[in-house]
Formats: sequence, structure tokens, C-alpha cells
Amino acid sequence: MTIIRVWASVVGRPFQFVLGNNSTSIFAPAGTPAHAIFGLSMLVLGIVCSIFVVVAGLLIFALLRYRFRASDSNSEQEPAQIYGSNQIELSWTVIPVLIVVVLFLATTRVIFSTEKAGKSKQKIDVMVIGHQYWWEYRYPKLGIVTANELHVPVSDSSNPTPTYLTMSSADTDHSFWIPRLAGKMDLIPNKTNVMWIDPEQAGLYLGQCAQYCGTQHAKMLLRVYADTPTEFAAWVARQQKVAVEDPSATAGEAVFQHNACISCHTVSGTVATGRFGPDLTHLASRDTIASGAVPNTRENIRAFVDNPAHFKPGVLMPPMHLSDHDLDLVTAYLTSLK
Amino acid sequence: MAAQTPAPAIIDKTAPRAPRRLVFEVMHDWITTVDHKKIGLMYIGYSLLFLLIGGFEALLIRIQLAIPNNSFVSPQAFNRLFTMHGTTMVFFVGMPILFGFGNYLVPLMIGARDMAFPRLNAFSFWISAFGGVLLYFSYLGGDGLYGAGSAPDVGWFAYAPLTARVFSPGHSTDYWTLALLLSGIGSIGTALNIVATTICMRCPGMKLNRMPLLVWLYLVTSGMVFVAVSPLTAAQIMLMLDRYAGSHFFDTQAGGSAVLWMHFFWIFGHPEVYILVLPAFAFANEIIPVFSRKAIFGYPAMVAATVGIGFISLSVWAHHMFTVGMGAYANTFFTFATMIISVPTGIKIFNWLATLWGGKIHFTVAMMFSVGFLFQFLIAGLTGIMLSASPFDWQLSSSYFVVAHFHYVLVGAILFMIFAAFYYWYPKMTGRMLSEKIGKWHFWIFLIGFHLTFDFMHIPGILGMPRRIYTYEADRGWEVLNMIVSSGAVLQTIASLLFVFNLIWSYFKGAVAGPDPWDAWTLEWSTVSPPPPYNFAVTPTVESRRPLWDLKHPDDPDSNYEM
Repeated sequence: MTIIRVWASVVGRPFQFVLGNNSTSIFAPAGTPAHAIFGLSMLVLGIVCSIFVVVAGLLIFALLRYRFRASDSNSEQEPAQIYGSNQIELSWTVIPVLIVVVLFLATTRVIFSTEKAGKSKQKIDVMVIGHQYWWEYRYPKLGIVTANELHVPVSDSSNPTPTYLTMSSADTDHSFWIPRLAGKMDLIPNKTNVMWIDPEQAGLYLGQCAQYCGTQHAKMLLRVYADTPTEFAAWVARQQKVAVEDPSATAGEAVFQHNACISCHTVSGTVATGRFGPDLTHLASRDTIASGAVPNTRENIRAFVDNPAHFKPGVLMPPMHLSDHDLDLVTAYLTSLK
Repeated sequence: MAAQTPAPAIIDKTAPRAPRRLVFEVMHDWITTVDHKKIGLMYIGYSLLFLLIGGFEALLIRIQLAIPNNSFVSPQAFNRLFTMHGTTMVFFVGMPILFGFGNYLVPLMIGARDMAFPRLNAFSFWISAFGGVLLYFSYLGGDGLYGAGSAPDVGWFAYAPLTARVFSPGHSTDYWTLALLLSGIGSIGTALNIVATTICMRCPGMKLNRMPLLVWLYLVTSGMVFVAVSPLTAAQIMLMLDRYAGSHFFDTQAGGSAVLWMHFFWIFGHPEVYILVLPAFAFANEIIPVFSRKAIFGYPAMVAATVGIGFISLSVWAHHMFTVGMGAYANTFFTFATMIISVPTGIKIFNWLATLWGGKIHFTVAMMFSVGFLFQFLIAGLTGIMLSASPFDWQLSSSYFVVAHFHYVLVGAILFMIFAAFYYWYPKMTGRMLSEKIGKWHFWIFLIGFHLTFDFMHIPGILGMPRRIYTYEADRGWEVLNMIVSSGAVLQTIASLLFVFNLIWSYFKGAVAGPDPWDAWTLEWSTVSPPPPYNFAVTPTVESRRPLWDLKHPDDPDSNYEM
């Protein structure tokens, strides 16, 4: 493993310099699984680039050297015919086999090392459930349910706190892909997959659904917030509370509860317990709405409730056909859910 | 191709209906024909039509993706476009155009007068063509006309459970299913026919180890069609049972398995790549030696590598499923199987290189496309090795890197060799040469367009851009790359239209070819161009792999050197 790491740090520099300056580049790894994959990638790239230089060089040489010109002497005469050579053919069978064996052994090590993640007592467990076209996150041990924006603690080597993701799908296939943290893993109905991430720097990591899941596959965006331990503890404490009752929003709450909203959405501590759509308990604490499609502003919430297909054509939430007055009330209610 | 029908002996200009009868007669002749050459040409003609349609769909896709947050087409229209583009290009361009050349060339190259089962041959063609018509009929439905629904939007891979009735109401998925079912039946029929023809119809002296490599490669391809297309056909039937008879093979809402569909689909889908690429190799095996003026290097190794690819390709399907959660052991097995297939493939590239070595290389347009094929297939193979390392694949699968990789195979290798085959065999098929001058323009414009499109498409994949998204945000660093990729698509469109123009123009105005314009060595060049319906007036007898070489060089026949 260390050999691959050293190799990656040498060969990978130019790749990281050119392609690593990007929020979703696989060449800007920021977690253990992504680092392991990056190391292997550099080994594979080094080998295939060498093969390319050798074979393409020979091809170009042959094409230039043996190019026919009408002025060639003996232009009518056929060149010497060579029908084959067992030694040569054996050599270009055996050498590729040896290269394949080396590549295969290196790959196998990364496959198995990535699968058996370092066990840590401080691990965070999250259930990830894919929906058309949003993400549901459930923290069973912390009693938190949220949507579209995943918060995990930063993990450093002295104090590892990896996050274990248990994944499934409520409808069609989806795929969870944060290129800087790990490779992708599919979410498949009737099947449970697992993966783990351990972001090493605090910040926001972007990604999106990588498996075609239906009309609005394109805007099923992923946002993973890596919080410092204190930020994460504060976030957990806030999310564990029931929805904040804001006295000024009771009229909007009534609109919310007397329309179809509660068939699909949950606001904890109220009568709204729907499971089909995203949990809205702490909606106002999120940066974006509609699975990352637009920023979480009052205007966007109002427009989304009025006609969700305006931002996301194909979204499963129907237009609510509320009057302007009711729209304002329900927007006030939703923006109060801190 | 009306010129092939003898004109009426007496043209009476006063007879008002004469021209119409002529058209009717020609049509009747083509529709009822069982001649392998006419069936081959009809395959080629209908797949060229679909190539234009599928290419147009690709152009629309690239226009939509040229700039971020574009609204040129709606999300659902985009999803239909990529579904139809993929389905069309694989089933109604790739397979039929390659079967078309096989139909035309295999009997000629083995000195036979027709396929083993001429009427099965005609049946296979018509049922395949009907599949294509049925697929596009779904477009005409436009949300409900004749109950046709509209074009399918489930992807050419049609993963369960998106194809279940609850997620795909209407009939678009049924059109997709039936179209592939029919074309699959046609493919199996043609494959059976090619195997039977190759085994039973060879002329005297044409031993298995004297067959042109093209015939060998078509034999292996046909064997793979049996093994690969049959599971797809079974899966289509199961999907129809799910949708209409209440079974639950793939219906996850009732406990069915989405992964089962993936296995069925890729047991077909991976060998399918080799079913498409082996005929491209077959063309290269004929064209590269002729324009290097050298016999193919290592004939037995080429045959062995082909058979090896045929077998190994049947055990690599799950490399399309590295992110499905199969577990470390399955991932390891399929990593190894996928990597090891690079060995026989490498042998082929090295043997072509050795064939060029010491030759006299003539850069005709056919050879230029073959050289483009060699480089592009090399790159496609190397990115394939990258993807076979399953951890690397966890990052790159379903990204634009994969799209770039397989278009390098399907366009950079296969389509380039199809173009080469046109320039090489068009004189035999029509009696006229394709214009080399237009051909060079076609080659260079297509080459530049190809590289602009597919070289740059690798990078958005590395930068995290997934495939099958109808639009993307402007903040990800993908927009410049996508603009370059789309502009390359425009160049490829222009070059393709130039090619079609060349086909038509040369048919009327091209130089007369004569029987053997390239000074080639295989039997099809011993007949007049185009060949008569019975191919050979006298059944030929061969004594080596290059019968026409023996005729031209009686002092130094090839049979002295065969290994």
C-alpha cells in the first residue's frame, strides 16, 4: 500500500495540479477511500501511458518508415513476405500477461483494503435512502431524520470518526457519488449496500446521483457537509429538537395541515407524519431546497410550493394550487422551521 | 441500386405507365430476393438510414449539453433522445451494418454461391428491419396516437425497476421491448446462417485454416450471438410477463430483483461489444494487409486470439456492475477476467503492427480509416484497462469518462472500420469507386470532429460529471469542455453528410472499378463488380489463404508458407 501511496504522490502531482482544482474532481481526494482509489489510479495511468507511448511510437515509426511513394525503386515489386514468428508472438503474449498480473494484484489489495474499513468506536451510522429525486438521511442512533444535506463529522487520523452509510432505494436505482470522498455506490430497491466516508477537511463536498433514475435524474444533487466536532455536536443537538413553534406562523401551519402537504411530509412534533416526501422538520436550517437545485430563500420556497416543476420538471410533488394568500402563509410557516 | 436490374429491351415512350412498372418491378425484385448480396445491401442501406437518425439524435443531445442550464429540449425529451440514440446505434446500426457486410462477403470469400439458408436469410433481414420500424413507430405515437405512447425514456439498458409499469406507464417501454425482441430473433437467424454457411458451403480446398480471417471472425461473432442474444431475448420476454401477466421477475415493488435484470442485460450487453468489434477487426484483417502489400502476420495467432476473445468476453459482464455491491470476491474475479482480455486483444494490435512492418503502405482512404482505427482502438483498450481496475471504476462508472471510452470503441474503432469497409468494398458492390478526394475530406473532418468530441469527453468524467443528465450547473468547471465536445459533434455531422453524398455521387459518377481495383488476394475480387447473382460461374478451387496471389504469382505460391 505504501508503495502505491509514494508512487501516487510523485506521479499524481501534475494530474492534481491540472484537474484537482475542482469541487468534484476525483483527482482531489479528501478521504481515505478516495485516497486509496487515487493511488491505484496513478499506478494504472502510469502503466497504460507507458504502453501507449511504446505501441503508438512503434506504429508511427512503421507508418512513416514504410510509407509507399510512387518514386520508390522497384515500385512494382511486392515487399518481402513474413508470415509469422513464434518467438515474437510468444513474447507479446507473455509480457502483457505479466503486466496484467501486476495490475491485478495491486487492484485486489485496494478492493479488499477499501472494503474492510478501520473499525472505530466513534463511527456515525447513517441510513441513506434514494428517492425520485431526493435523498433521505436517517441517523438511527441519534434520532435524526433529514433530507438532501448530509452532515458528518470531520475524521482525522488521531481521532477517526468515519461515517458508515447503509444504502437502499425506495423506488428506482440511484447511485451515491461524492467524487472527493469515495467512489460511488448504487442504491437498489430490495438490496442493502454499505460504504463509508471519512472527510479529512471541514467543508462542503458536492456530488450527485450517478445512476439514471427517471425524468429528473439530472437535478438529484448531493451535498455533504463535513463539520468540525463542535459544529457537528451543535448540529445534532439542533436537529434532535422538535420543530420550533413560531407563534407568528400558526396560520401557515394550519394551511400546511389542512392541505395535502401532510400526506407526504413530516414535521416532527406536529400531525404531519408523511413519509413519501422529504422531512421538513428543520427545513430552514438547510442551505438549499429541491435536492440542491436552488438556494433556500423565501422566494424559492414560495415558487416551489406553487409549482415544483418550475425548478425541477418531472418532480413528483404536484402543484398545490393555493391562493396567493395561502402561499404566503405556508411560506412563512416553512421558513420558520429552523 | 436499380442499375442492377436489366432495363426492358424495348423502351416505348408512348406507354404512359412504363416507368411506374419499372419501379414496381425493382421493388418487387428487392422485396422478394433471397440473394445474399441484395440482402446484405438492404441491411447496409437500412442501417445507414438509422445511422443518420441516431446521429441526428446525438447532435440534439450535444446541442442541449453545449451550455449549462440549457432548455433546448425538455428533460423527458432528452431522456428519450439518449434512450433512442443508444438503442438505435447498437441494434439498428451496429448489428445490421456488420451483418450486412457479413452477408455480402462471407459467401463470396469462401467461394459459395449463396448462404446456406437463403430464405431464412431474407426472413432474418425483414424481421430485424421491422424491429427498427416498430421502435420508431413509438415516436410517431406522440403521447397517445394509436395507443403508441411515445418514445421510450428508460435508457438503452432499461434497468429495472424503471421499466415496471408503475414507473413507466403507457406503451413506450413495450415498443422498446418488442423492437429488441424482433431484432434479436433476426440476429440469431443470421448468426445461425453464417455458421452453417461457413461450415458447409466452402469451395474445394478452402480448409478452415485457409479461410480469410474475415470469415473466421464472423464465425466467432456468430457463435457469440447465440450465447449473448438469447439471454436478452429471454429477459425481454420476462419483462413483458412482468408488465402484462403479473409476474415479478424484475418488479421490485413486489419483491422482484433489479440486480437480476442487470445480470441478464450485461450477459448480453458485454459480449455485444465484441459482437460489434470483431467484424471491425475482420475488416482490418483484410484491408491492412492489402494496403501494406503483405500477408497478415501470424494468421494462427489471430484466429486463436479471436476465439480467446470470444470465450473470455462471455465471463466479464459484471464489470458493468462494480458499483452494484456484489462484494469484494465477485469484483476481484471480474476485474481479472476483464484485464486478461487485453492479452488477446493486444496480440491483434501487435500482429497488425507486424503486418505494416516492412511493407509498402499505400494511404488510400480505406487505409487512412484503418490507421485511425489502430490508434483509436489502442486508446480505447487502454482506457478499458483503467476501468477494469474496479476501485478506479467506482469513481469513473456512469461518468462521462465511460461515455468517452465506449465511444472510442464504437466510433473510433468500429465506425472508422465501417467507413474503411465502405471505401474498400464499395467498388465490388456497385462497380464504381468511391471518390478518394471526397473521401479524404470526409476522413480529416471526421477525425478532427471525433477527437474534439471524445478526447475532451474524458475530462468531465474525471471532474465528476455523470452521464444521462439533461443539464448541469455552471459552477462545476464542465462548461468549456462540454462546448468543445459539442462543437466536435457538429464536425462529425458534416463529415457524415459528406460521406453520404460520396456514396450517392460515386454511384453515378465514380470511376469504373473493374473486378480487382486494389490488387487484392481474396476470392470476392475474382468475380466481376458487381458480382452476378450466382457469384461464380465456375466454383473456384483454392490452395492457400490468398488464392488470387497464387494466380498472380504462380512462381511463388502462398501455400509454401502456411503455418
